[in-house]
Order: sequence, then C-alpha cells, then structure tokens
Amino acid sequence: MTATQTNPAGGRGTSSPLADQRQGPSVVLSARGLRRDFGGFIAVNNVDLDVHHARVHALIGPNGAGKTTVFNLLTKFLQPSSGTITLLGNDITKTNPAKVARMGLVRSFQISAVFPHLTVLDNVRVALQRPSGLSTQFWLPMTSLNRLNERALELIEAVGLTDARNSTAADLSYGRKRVLEIATTLALDPKVLLLDEPMAGMGHEDVHTVSDIIREVAKDRAILMVEHNLKVVADLCHQVTVLQRGEILTSGDYRTVSQDERVRVAYMGTEHD
Amino acid sequence: MSEAALSAPKTRLNRETVLILIGVALLIFAPFHVYPVFLMKVLCFALFACAFNLLLGYTGILSFGHAAFFGGAAYFTAHAVKEWGFSPELGILTGVAGATALGLVIGFLAIRRQGIYSTMITLAMAQMFAFFCLQASFTHGEDGIQGVPRGYLFGFIDLEQPLNMYFFVLGVFLVGMFMIWRIINSPFGMILKSVRENENRAISLGYSVSRYKLAAFVMSAALTGLAGGLKAIVFQFATLTDVSWQMSGEVVLMTLLGGIGTFVGPIFGAALIATLENYLATSEFPVTVITGIIFMVCVLVFRRGIIGELYASRLGRMLASKPEN
Repeated sequence: MTATQTNPAGGRGTSSPLADQRQGPSVVLSARGLRRDFGGFIAVNNVDLDVHHARVHALIGPNGAGKTTVFNLLTKFLQPSSGTITLLGNDITKTNPAKVARMGLVRSFQISAVFPHLTVLDNVRVALQRPSGLSTQFWLPMTSLNRLNERALELIEAVGLTDARNSTAADLSYGRKRVLEIATTLALDPKVLLLDEPMAGMGHEDVHTVSDIIREVAKDRAILMVEHNLKVVADLCHQVTVLQRGEILTSGDYRTVSQDERVRVAYMGTEHD
Repeated sequence: MSEAALSAPKTRLNRETVLILIGVALLIFAPFHVYPVFLMKVLCFALFACAFNLLLGYTGILSFGHAAFFGGAAYFTAHAVKEWGFSPELGILTGVAGATALGLVIGFLAIRRQGIYSTMITLAMAQMFAFFCLQASFTHGEDGIQGVPRGYLFGFIDLEQPLNMYFFVLGVFLVGMFMIWRIINSPFGMILKSVRENENRAISLGYSVSRYKLAAFVMSAALTGLAGGLKAIVFQFATLTDVSWQMSGEVVLMTLLGGIGTFVGPIFGAALIATLENYLATSEFPVTVITGIIFMVCVLVFRRGIIGELYASRLGRMLASKPEN
C-alpha cells in the first residue's frame, strides 16, 4: 500500500533524482510563496525555501517568527493558504502528512516525541514496522517483530542508547529522549529530515553527541533544522535562513547572515556565544 | 547482546500462562458452586468490557456509544433466532455482523475528531440508534424481543441445559478474550499503542492513523457484538436497556474500576459491578447510588483501577518480572 510512494532510488546512495538537472547539490525540498494565515493574522508570508541534499540548513529567527509554522506547513500538519511545496520533484501541496512521511520527509517535534510507555527497543521497532510491512497484521504474535531487532539495535547503538534498550522511554533523561527520537526518525531512512530544536534544553555533553549524529546523518540526507543555539548553527549548518514575523529576512551561509545588520537588530544584539 | 532481552519475557510468559490456567480452571469449576446464570452474565459483561478496553485502553479512544453495538447485536441475534429460526451460533454471528456494520458507520464519523468531540459523536450516534430501536417494529419497542429460544448448538447440543449453556458461553468468552489478546500483542496492536501514546508522532512516522483507529473501532464493535449476541441467547431476550446510554456508561465504569489498559482488569470490573447489581437488587439500597460512590472512590483513590494498582504494587511487579536494567 505504501511501498509505491517511497522513492524508487531507495537506499543510501548519494545520487538524487534531480542531481542531473541542476548545478551543485540538488534541491530535494522546496517551497515557493508559502503563506498561511490564521483568521486575520498572517503567520507565514511569501516564504521561498530550498533544502539541498547532503546539506544542513538552519531556520532561525526570534520567538514567534513562524519557524514551527513553516515546519508544520512543509510536513503538511498544516495546510498552506497559498504557495506550493515540492518534495523530490513531486508536488506535495495537497498531500496528507502520513503520506508525506512515507515519501521520505520526516520531522521531529519541538517537544520530544517518543512513545513514553514503550521501551526504547519498541520505540524504534514501531518506526521500522511500516517500511517492513509489519503494521497491519493483527493475527501475528509479537515475536514476528523480532526480525526487526537487529536493525533496531544497530540504530540504538548508533545513538548510544544500547545500555537503555529495555528501559521505558519515559524513564530516559531529556537528552536521551531526543536522541531516541532521532534514532526512530533514522529508522525510516528519510531523504529529508526536519528537526525542530533538536538541542533545546540539552546539556553540553548531549549537544555534542547530537551534533555529531546530525553531521554524520547529513552526509547522505538533507536536513532542515530550527535551532536557537547559534554556536551549533555556526558549526553544523551550510546555509542559514532567518525568519522574522513570518517572512524571510535573509538567507545565506552563516558568516554572511551573522554580519547582516538586520539580523543583528532582529535578534536584539544576540551574540555568538 | 539480545539474550537478556529475549530471556526475560519468556519467564514472564510462563508465569502469565500459569495464572491464566488457574483462572480458566476456576471458571470451569465455578458453575458447580455458583448460580450459572449469574456467571454467564458476568462473562458476557466481562467480554463487553474487554472489547471496550481494546479501544479505550489500547488505542486511546473513549467511546460513549458502545451500548449501540452491545444492545444492537442483542436485537439482531434475538430477531434472527426467534423470527428467522437461526441456530444460536448463526444468530450470534448475525449479531456480530450487525455490530460490525454499526461500528463501521459510527467509527467512521467518530475518528474524524479527537478527544471529547469524538466521544460526543459516539454518544449522539448511539442515541440515534437507541431511538431507532424504540421506534422500529422488529424490536417491539418497550416490550423488547421476549422468549428467544436458546435452541441447539450446532444442531445437537441442547442449550436449555444450564451447564451446556454455561460451557458454550465460557467457550465464546475464551475465544473472544484470545482474539483481544492476539490483537493487542500483534504488530497491529503495537501501532495502536503508538497511536495512543503519541498520535502526531505516529503520523510523522508515516502511519495513516485514522485507518488504524477505524480498524480498532470496528474490531472493538465486533467483539462487543459477540458479547451482546451471547447475552441475548443467555437471557433469552433483548430490550432497550442494552442500547441505552446508561449501558455505555456502565461499561466505562467497569473498565475504569478494573483498570484501563490492563488485559484482565475489565473482567474484574465487570464481575464487581454485576455482583453489586445482583446483591443490591434485592436490598433497600439503590444500586446507582452505590455504583456512583464506588466510581468516585475509584477516581479519587485508585485511579489505575483494581488490576492497574495491583500491577503497580510490589506484588504485581514481582509477578510481571519486567526486565531490569
């Protein structure tokens, strides 16, 4: 039912469907003239965005700038009032969020999104079930899911949660919950990852861990992330787009953007710490 | 590396198996000591509550319209057996089919909304169905369908014999419970739990959540229909009581008392409520006041329900023997 929607290229290859059509790294997700209003309030207006393969793209801006709304629009949790969204060459402006996820655009949430009463292993297995075609069988025993264990434990090991694999997700520290969330996201082998403040509320140690994971993951994927920690943005991101009051203020590499006077004003003098 | 993970559930399964065998043995010997009709009532309501719990406890959808499936199936079964001369097993299957169809319609509308709005849709739909039952001619309005023959199971087992009837009910109950257990502990059940835990996350993992919810709703309705049809055969009648909203409330109460989201909890909840109703029916105490007080005590003092609290206690943890880390 779902297999037809995933990208036929599959796997972890570095080539992308659009690679030969454009110069430089290929665009995998793009938005044109994205707009969303809630009643009379325009939350997002005229946003153009291109997210490239094997690049980390940051979306920054002051609180209330519309970053999460853009995420919700791109992943179709919200329907845009106008504008178009293209994922891997397909128009997804009218596609529902579950289908968008099946097409390879997977998001994380601002508040950690794990399944709290399931174990770490089960959290990852739930993500693996659908791509493995093991999600509708109500007549099979739970042991039928054991063949997902190997891959699940690999992913758990990759994010350093092996010691906690049988713990209930709710019992993990905040940082480890976020890491678990990344593991479940990676289980889908997405083409584009949207991370909503992956480092928020984390200690220094965890920030390092997650930065390393993101850098590794971005080698063969596109990543768009909302992040407030500008040091992380400077370290990780190839491109930065600044949002203010729902509109794009500027876009470019970190150095260009951070020297832009308007950005400094928008951030009221927030410095690179 | 996965050895520890695999060995722990094994011991747990063994302990559970032992407990289940003890339970089944008790149910086999029970009719020789307790009034069989009462036991059959408990089993019907226990299956009803467990089917309801499949939706509330394992999918996170609160339906306030399950009486439509329970009472509806009772009407369909009673009508099929009495008017069409169906055998009891076919009559019950007719009830299940009717409840499944109702579940499809009501579920389809209810899952369009979440939380309280979804619950209100189930209530409204069930009320409409109750009104239909009051007006339709085949239900005989206030009189209900009376004098439904129990008949011969598979054409040769006389269900007029109380013990035959009891073991038939026990068999259906066990089959129903096994089906619920299988659904919960299946790949599909895992997705239901993930929907209950975090619906948005399940969507973002690519699951078309509404399909899973509808499937769970229909399965719950069908199993509720099994309980309702069975009850019509046991008591030999189908009345408006079983489609009324009070019945929808009662099953919520049973499930809550026993423990939402625990597999056997609703059985205990149903047994407790049925026992109370039986004993208080002959006393001066008004049953509804007593059940109301119990409900409040449950919500205020032991919110996890009888079995939920047991699992949370030291004894329960010892029995479950969760893998330690």
